[in-house]
This record gives sequence, C-alpha cells and structure tokens, in this order.
Amino acid sequence: MSTITTTQAPPPAPQASPTTGADEVAVRTAISSIARPPNANPLSAALAFGWRGMLKIKHVPEQLLDVTITPVLFVVMFTYLFGGAISGSTGDYLDYLLPGILVMSVLFTTIYSGVALNTDLTKGVVDRFRSLPIWRPAPLLGSLLGDSVRYVLAGTVIIVVGLILGFRPGAGVIGVIAALGLVVIFAVGMSWVFATLGLLLRSPSAVLNAGFLGIFPLTFLSNVFVEPETLPAGLEAFVEVNPISILVTASRGLMEGNAQAGDILIVLAVAAALTAVFAPLTTRLYRKH
Amino acid sequence: MTLQPPLAIEATGLVKSFGKTRAVDGVDLTVRRGSVYGVLGPNGAGKTTTIRMLATLIGPDAGSGRVFGHDIVEDANAVRGIVSLTGQLASVDEELTGRENLILLGRLLGLKRPEAKERAGELLEAFGLVEAAGRLVKHYSGGMRRRLDIAASIVVTPQLMFLDEPTTGLDPRSRNQVWSIVRALVAEGTTILLCTQYLEEADQLADRIAVIDRGKVIAEGTPAELKASVGSGSLHVRLLDPEQRLDAARVLDRELGAVTLDADPAALSAAGADADRAAEAVAELTRSDVRIADFSLGQPSLDEVFLALTGHLADASAEHADPIEVEQAA
Repeated sequence: MSTITTTQAPPPAPQASPTTGADEVAVRTAISSIARPPNANPLSAALAFGWRGMLKIKHVPEQLLDVTITPVLFVVMFTYLFGGAISGSTGDYLDYLLPGILVMSVLFTTIYSGVALNTDLTKGVVDRFRSLPIWRPAPLLGSLLGDSVRYVLAGTVIIVVGLILGFRPGAGVIGVIAALGLVVIFAVGMSWVFATLGLLLRSPSAVLNAGFLGIFPLTFLSNVFVEPETLPAGLEAFVEVNPISILVTASRGLMEGNAQAGDILIVLAVAAALTAVFAPLTTRLYRKH
Repeated sequence: MTLQPPLAIEATGLVKSFGKTRAVDGVDLTVRRGSVYGVLGPNGAGKTTTIRMLATLIGPDAGSGRVFGHDIVEDANAVRGIVSLTGQLASVDEELTGRENLILLGRLLGLKRPEAKERAGELLEAFGLVEAAGRLVKHYSGGMRRRLDIAASIVVTPQLMFLDEPTTGLDPRSRNQVWSIVRALVAEGTTILLCTQYLEEADQLADRIAVIDRGKVIAEGTPAELKASVGSGSLHVRLLDPEQRLDAARVLDRELGAVTLDADPAALSAAGADADRAAEAVAELTRSDVRIADFSLGQPSLDEVFLALTGHLADASAEHADPIEVEQAA
C-alpha cells in the first residue's frame, strides 16, 4: 500500500472534466485567441457601467419597492386621513400632495446611490474596475446613469398610484413628464452628495441611516404636506427657503400648467451647485479609496 | 542592453504604511517575463499591499516599480493596459450573472458588444461555467467563483497577471482546477505574480519564490534553493482518515519532533528524519492504528523553510493557527 519515494509526495494530478471544471486545452485556446483591442473610449466605458446599473434593477426589482412603498403609503394615508381636514376634499388634497410625494420618493431613492457605492467598495470588484485602463470617472458616471433610470421608475410608480386614486393634473401628460424630468435632474445633483457620503462612511447601513437622517427632516419640513402659511413663523421661514419646497412648488406648477420660471431656475442652479461641489469630491475619493 | 528580455516586474524599495503600520517595508522584486513568481508569506505579511501597488491601485510611499518597463506611478494607465488582477476577495460582481460579468469586462476593455458576447461565451465554455452562466454569481460555489474570476482576468489576455491567494478557502478538487488553469496561462506565455500563504502552492507553481514576512523579503530563490538552504530532510505522511491527524501528530512528535500540519487536511510532516528513524516512526504509526495512505521521505517542505528563515511558523499569525504547531524546530 504505502510507497516510499525520494521526493516529496506529489499532489493528486490535476484532473478537470470538461463539464464540471476548466478544460485546460480550451483555456489555452481561449487565452491565445484574443487580440488586445484599443482601450474603451470614455463614453462606452460609462455606458457599460450604466448597463451594469440597469442589470441590477433587473435582477433585484424589489429594491425599487423598498423606496417607493413608504411614499405610496403616504399618498394613500395622507389623502384619506387629512385630505378632508386640510383641503376640504380628498381629491383637492391629492392634487396638492402628489407632486410633493413624487419629490419625496425620488429623493429617498437617491440615498441608495450612496448605499450601492458603499456596498461596491466592500467587494473586490471595485479593485478590478480600478485596475482597468478606463477613464477614471466612468464607473461613477455609469452608475449615475443607472440610478437616473431608477429615479424615473420610482417617480412613475408614484404618478401611476396617484392616477389610480384620482389625481388629475391640469397640464396633462406633458406637464407630468416635465415635472418628473425636473425632479430627476435635482435627484442627480443630490445623489452626488450621497455618493460622497457612501465613500466616506464605513458601512452601507451607516450610509442609509445618515441619508434618511438628512432627507427625512428636509422633506417633512417643506411644503410637501401642508402650506407653509399654516406653520409657526420660524418654521415657515425655513420651509420657504428649503430647496425641496422650491422643487415641490415648481413640480406642482409644471403639473398644473402655472410654473414660475424663477422656481425652475433655482432648482436647476441648486442641482448644478451640488454637482459642481460633490462630483469632483466623489471622483477624488473614489480614486484614492 | 536591448538584447536583454525586458523584465515583467522590477521593483525597488517599495514602502507603504497605513497609519503607524509599515505594511510593506522596502520590498525589491525582479520578475522575469514568462515566469511564475511566488510571493509567499503569512496573512498580514504585506503580499496584498505589494500587489495593490504594482497593479496601480495605491501609490507607494517610497521606492519605485516598473511593469514591462512602465513606471507604476508616472505611467499607471499603461500598466493598467497590460495587467489584470484577481484579488483576494473575488473580483467579480456578485449581483450579476457570470455571463454578464464577462460581457461587462469585455466592453470595459474595448470590445464591441457582439465581440464581448462572443468572448464571454468562449470563456464560459473553457472554464466549465456554461450551465451556471445565467445564474447570479452570489449563488456560485467558491470554486466556480474563482474560475469566473480568472476567466474575467483573461477576457483580454494580460501580459502580467496578479493572482492574490487564488486557492484560499477552496476544496482540493477546485484547487487542482485553479492550478491547471494557472499552468495553462503560463504555457501561453503570461507572466504571473502569485501571492499565497500555501507553501505547497508556491512549490507546485512558482519558478522563483520570494518569502515575505512583516513587509520585508527575507529570502529569494528557486524552490529547490530555498529547500537546500534549510538542510535535513522530512517525513511526509498522508493519512486515509483526516480525523486521525492529531493522533498521528502526537506519535510523530514523540518519535521525530518538529511536526507541521500541511495544507492538505490529511497530511503532515516531521522534520529531522533520516531513513532509519523515519521507518521506525512509520512503524510506530501503524502500531498506533493510524491508517496511512502514503508516506515519503523528501526534501524539507517550504513550511520548514519558513520556520528556519523566520524562527516562527508561516501561519503563526494566521487565523487557523493550530496549537500543535507551537512546536519549534530551530
């Protein structure tokens, strides 16, 4: 049974069956059969990352549910609980409430951009991305592309729920699309803030908590639910200057067909300012991570 | 000068600190094109940090490195164009399918979409992953994940491949598959820098080995040179039943001393054995009802090399340190 050899016992011969393991000959063929293409250009690298974001939505559609279920509950609860008290009828209140809830649900979704980025960093895959000869900001821009799709979907869910409950926007389909577009642009600006947070904080749940800690007061202390005039003076002053209130006012205006250009400009300016500050910061942090 | 084949890696005095810890403390490496170079050391020795510097993921605090002549700091993007990295954590996206991972990398490396799809199909076939191609990677076994990881590294064949502990946590069968893939890569001319804490793995695959401990290279040479520098031979025993390994270790410890447990859960070695004493020890094992699959008397294993070089055992700092290995030979 036992054998004595003068060298160290050899390991079992590497046996690999073609069906369950790697086939050595095929591996060799695969290695030799590819010529190195020119490096991917910045746009196609970013688009490839965008595709990755889309695939994640496709594989885990429930994640959309996570962020839309609360706003959907809010629409239903607030409409029927407070509609009569606040606006005299549930239908009137829904017209007032829905654009605000749209803003809220899309902004909740932006937190997940930071969470997803943080989750990525805890995995080895980011190391591989960073060792590729690609344009450095491509992974971030690409995931933003995927995230924008997520924002549009989250917004669409809310609008559809509203329509079912009897929401009838005065400016029709065009107005609703314009409002959704404005909200998504603002959300892209916000998502850079959470991306920065995602790179600074230690765990995905820390990003989630910090995100909601910021977003909750900002959305509740706005004109999403009630007219600011009904609030105490100090609070009213805050609510009036809260960019989220201005975004909600602009969305309502777009949906009803009486938007103020000034509101829209402020929203776009805030989104641009957030991007200008946080996008370079995020890129720098990502590179150094 | 120009007739000399260029070196795949040429690193001098690499240093990297994290806070007060000098993770890498002056590492020099010279790796010839087309070879497998093993970097051997326990957890926390600085292997991964060295790889991360050479793969341009982090910049060195001091020292310099060239990969196929390109400076790792000044010319990082050129380095990225010719290397690929298989990290210690699987460097694939767990939330995508195997096929999607390969297509994504193909596109990021500059393949057109149809080319990327075709390449993914070819690799899935070669790596035995066709059936699992449509499943999310998070549902893959460790061995499948590793194979996908390596496939992802050769979507476009790199000139230099970093393999960071490619078989850690794999069962022996999957480990053998990974080894055969590595051999195929080498046969096709890819240079490989292999980090491992398995001494057997470096011995099996590497042409040259640098032994690294606490951020420094403490020995360098061919596996045979390293073994020769240590001296006396060893008895290697493989058991039929891994459960009996501790019993066997007690017997060999009594008969020969300096027992080490090998990576293979059924194998163990004892240093300082000449033929007579080894025969006696094997007879004693049989008398103690330890069932032996095979045994051999050979050169010292790299475990023993490590012990002789550092005065402590290779995996004394690793999480699976075993009490029996507290035995010191030197």
